[in-house]
Parts: sequence; structure tokens; C-alpha cells
Amino acid sequence: MAVTAATARRSSRPASVRSLRPIVGFAAVVVVLVAVWEIAKWLAGDPWRFDSFLGTGIRIHHTPPFHLIQLSDINLPHMWDVVGAFTTPDAAGEPGIATLIGSALFTLRGAVVGFALGASFGLALAVLLVHVRILERALVPLVVASQTIPIVALAPIIVVGLQADWFGIAIVASYLTFFPVTVAAIRGMRAADPRAFELLRSYAAGRREILAKLRWPASFPYLFTAFKISATASIVGAIVGELPSGFREGLGGRILLAMQYYTLSPADLWATVIVAAGLGIAAFLAVVAVERYALRDQRALDATGAAS
Amino acid sequence: MTASSTPWSPGSPGGPDDAVVRLSGVSMVFGGDSGAGRRVEALRDIDLSVGRAEFVSLIGPSGCGKSTLLRIVGDLIAPSAGTVTVNDKPARRARLDRDYGMVFQAPVLFDWRTVQKNVELPLEITGVPSRQREARAREMLELVELSDFATQRPWQLSGGMQQRVAIARALALDPSILLMDEPFGALDEMTRERMNLELHRIWARTRTTVIFVTHSIPEAVFLSTRVAVMSARPGRISKIIPIDLPRDRNVETREMERYFQLVTQVREALRAPDSDTSPETSERQDAALARARAEGPGQ
Repeated sequence: MAVTAATARRSSRPASVRSLRPIVGFAAVVVVLVAVWEIAKWLAGDPWRFDSFLGTGIRIHHTPPFHLIQLSDINLPHMWDVVGAFTTPDAAGEPGIATLIGSALFTLRGAVVGFALGASFGLALAVLLVHVRILERALVPLVVASQTIPIVALAPIIVVGLQADWFGIAIVASYLTFFPVTVAAIRGMRAADPRAFELLRSYAAGRREILAKLRWPASFPYLFTAFKISATASIVGAIVGELPSGFREGLGGRILLAMQYYTLSPADLWATVIVAAGLGIAAFLAVVAVERYALRDQRALDATGAAS
Repeated sequence: MTASSTPWSPGSPGGPDDAVVRLSGVSMVFGGDSGAGRRVEALRDIDLSVGRAEFVSLIGPSGCGKSTLLRIVGDLIAPSAGTVTVNDKPARRARLDRDYGMVFQAPVLFDWRTVQKNVELPLEITGVPSRQREARAREMLELVELSDFATQRPWQLSGGMQQRVAIARALALDPSILLMDEPFGALDEMTRERMNLELHRIWARTRTTVIFVTHSIPEAVFLSTRVAVMSARPGRISKIIPIDLPRDRNVETREMERYFQLVTQVREALRAPDSDTSPETSERQDAALARARAEGPGQ
């Protein structure tokens, strides 16, 4: 009874309110994290002082009662310093956030192209492996092995070795992207009800028709789960790909730079990391949006979170 | 053709002359020669002829191989021995010619398609132009009385309705034989009775030949022109009971005395499959045995 009532109440709320709920939840988590961070610093960080707090002329001095080296300003800069890294103008006179967003867009280009390449390759490979059992046995160990090589070791080989400009970055991103897609697509294309295959067999359907009418649509929920993993992985891949590339326009370049100056201004690295994380979340949400649209008519699938 | 318009009378001894399906000496052994796993003899020496517009039920205990037999007829699996002829062709040819309609215990509808598009599926595969496809699917949905649900998704329908969609889909290609594997096994008793009436109406209208696997005795008697009673380990047809009820069945059929007699007869045949002394069956078994000897091992 209680469950029914709760469900009824929930579904009676307008859709706009319900779609806001995860955003409110996320914001709450961020607020809590920031609070915990600053409370920790207040308790055991470095002493800090404002001679004129937010320009109000109020002097704030604070000496934490304890001291932990892990909570020092070098290891864990104050949130307002991180925010400061976003607002402070850099050498070109732009606020930090503008430069960072520009860097994020550069990284995003490599990631998107890498994602497209990797997903296409992953899908093609899965289609091949699903249809040719011998190849599956021969290639799957190789595919798995490919993912055990650290990407930082492989990135210079691809980017420098191929001399492929920023396209090399996309290839590194695609390297991290294809594997989840292949695994999920193989699974999904085999996941349909065995009787559905018998049904198509009774219509004397060929392999191509079985692929188009059954395997492909049946693998969608699996594919989108993989796309969510791959979308974030492609951002990581693009950032790692930038490190040996000589390109300094992207987030990878920014991270290298911030690392060099970390002892001087640790907040810069944290700011860059926050933007990178935001980019990953954005990529993830983009896939979720496409998934919602593509699977809008399908039954809710709890296991993959497809339509929950 | 006058022969095909008059329903075959269940009394004729040798089975129908214009048989749609002819099984002779069909055996099925799983495992065995590979050495892996236990050798299971699922079917032994099945002989059966099904005439045009006949409705033959296969009934028997679980594990008697009735579903296996149905899959062999539909060329979904190949028998270990024996021949299957459908429309005077090997089963494989018949499948490639799209002579079959299949209905399973589960409706096996595609969630990503509307009801209408599910019915159109076999027509898409056979390359029917979209205009004709739509018209045919509408016609089939009308036949199963689901026209109002054409734009719905399968999962929005009740179990009985989903199974009717599956029947509409199976009939879309106008198959010469409909193979049904416990299609109403998952439905509650009341829905099942309603579906039986519905299926009978559809069968009477389309004059399709049906092979129907079930484990419900009343269902088998109500729907069939003949009931083939099977026994297990190894699966074989122990008795064939002609159902000499009027061809048109309705709610009153279930209250007829003859109906009860036939239900009892099937039940008794199921209970004591080996005490069967029907001359028809033993004759067939003798013939099959002779054939097996003539053909020798290794066939």
C-alpha cells in the first residue's frame, strides 16, 4: 500500500520537477564536499588571514588548532583559491575560466573524434566477432591484452610515432573507447531471446536481416551502457594523448603546465582538474540524453539505468 | 480443387492423401557421438501425417519430445534419422520457401517495435513493399481483434493480447502450416479458454494447417481434429485419437458428452501409453521398423 501511494505521488509530480531532482542532488553533494574540505582545513590546515574579507574591510585571522601536512595549502588549496584561479586574469588578460574552457574545447574535439572512431571500430569488431566464431577465439585475448597496456606508455608511440598531429590524440582516445563498446556489443547482439532467433530462422532470414532486425536493436541498452563508459574514457584518452603531443592548447597541456608550477600556485592544477571532471560529466550526460531519446519507447530497464 | 475444400475426415485409416506434413521414421538423439554428455534419445521412430486444414495436437508428459518434434517439423533442428516432408518438399526447402508460421509459448515480440510493426516483421524480411505490408498487418490485427492496439508497444498489452499479436504475426505470411509450441501455456485458465475459442475461429477462417503442442487435455480435444498422444523416454507417439466432434466448435462444445468422452480417452491414453493396441499405430510402427531394417544402420 505504502509503495503504491509513494509511486502515485511521485508520478503525479510534473516532469520538469522530477528532471531537476538529480541536479539538486548533485549540487547538494558538491556543497557538502566543499564544506567538508574547508572544515578540514579550518581544523588542521595552514593558518590563513583576510585583511579585508570580500572588500568589506573585515579582518579575519584563523590559526587552526591542529596541523596535518596533508591539509596544507600546497596539498589542498582553499576553495576560494581554486575559485580565484578561475577568475584571475592570466597573461593574455583573459580570466582563467575562459582559457580553461578554450582548453576543454580543444580536448573535447580530440575526445569526440576519438569516441566516434573508437565506437565505430568497436562496433565493427563486435559484428565481425559475433559472426565469425573462429575469429572471436583468436582475437578476444588480443583485444583484452590491448587494454592491459598502460595508455601513458602507448600514447607517445601513437602520437609521436604516427606523427599524426592532433589526430593522434583522437587515436589515443579511441583506443580507450573501443573496448567497452566491443564487449557490450558482443554481449548485446547475443542477448536477444533465443526464440527470437528461431523466429527469424523460421522466416528464412539471412545473417544481414538478423543483424538489422534483431541483433542491432536488441543490443541498444547494452551499447548505451558502454557509450557512457567510453564517453568519459575518451576524455581521459584525449588528455593523456596530449601529454606527449607537444600541443599545449588542451587540458592535457594545461595539466603539464600546472604541474610544473604546482608549488607556486597549486590552485591552478585543481582548477584544471575540476574542468576536466566537468568535461567528463558533460560527455556522460550527452550520452544519457541521446539514450533517453533513442530508447524512449522501450520498457524501463533497471539493470542499465536506461530509462529509470 | 474440391479435394482441398472438403475437410479431411478423421476416420480414414492411412491418414490424409493430400498430406501437408509427412514424418516418417523420425528419431532424435542428443549428445552421443561426440562422447560429451549423456546420450539422450528424445524421439524414436515417429510417423505422422497431417492433412490440409487439419489441426493436430501433440500432447504428452514433459520431456516426451513434443517441442523437439515441432522444431524438427519447422526445420529449426535436424532429426538424427528419418525424413520430414512439408508440401512435398524437404523441411529445409519448406522453411526457405516460408511455408511456416511459428508461435512460441512466449510471444517473443520485439519491444522496440509497435504492435503493427511486429506483425509486419516477417513481411519486411520477405521484402513485401511497405504499402502492402501495412495493409496486410492491419488485416491480420483485425483478424485477432487488436486493430485498436496497432500503435501500442507490446509490453503495454496483456499476456493474452501479446500472444494474439504473435498469432497475427505468424499468419502474416499466409503460411501453409502453423506450428504452435504451447502458445497458451503461460496464460491463466480463463484467458486460455477464451484464446482457444479465438484460435478456433481463426483456424476456421484461414483454413491453415496447425500442429499444436500442448499439455492441456481439454485444450487439445477442443481445438483438434486429431490428438497425437506421446509417451516419454524415448518420445514416441503412443496413440492417435481422432476428434470426431463437429468441425465448428463453440462454448457448447465443452459441454457435449462426446467432448467429455474424448477428454477421458486422451487422459487414459496418457496414463497408460504402453498398453496401446490401436491397429493403426502398431501397423505404422511395424512399417517403420521394416523400413529401419531395410535402410540399415548409419542412416
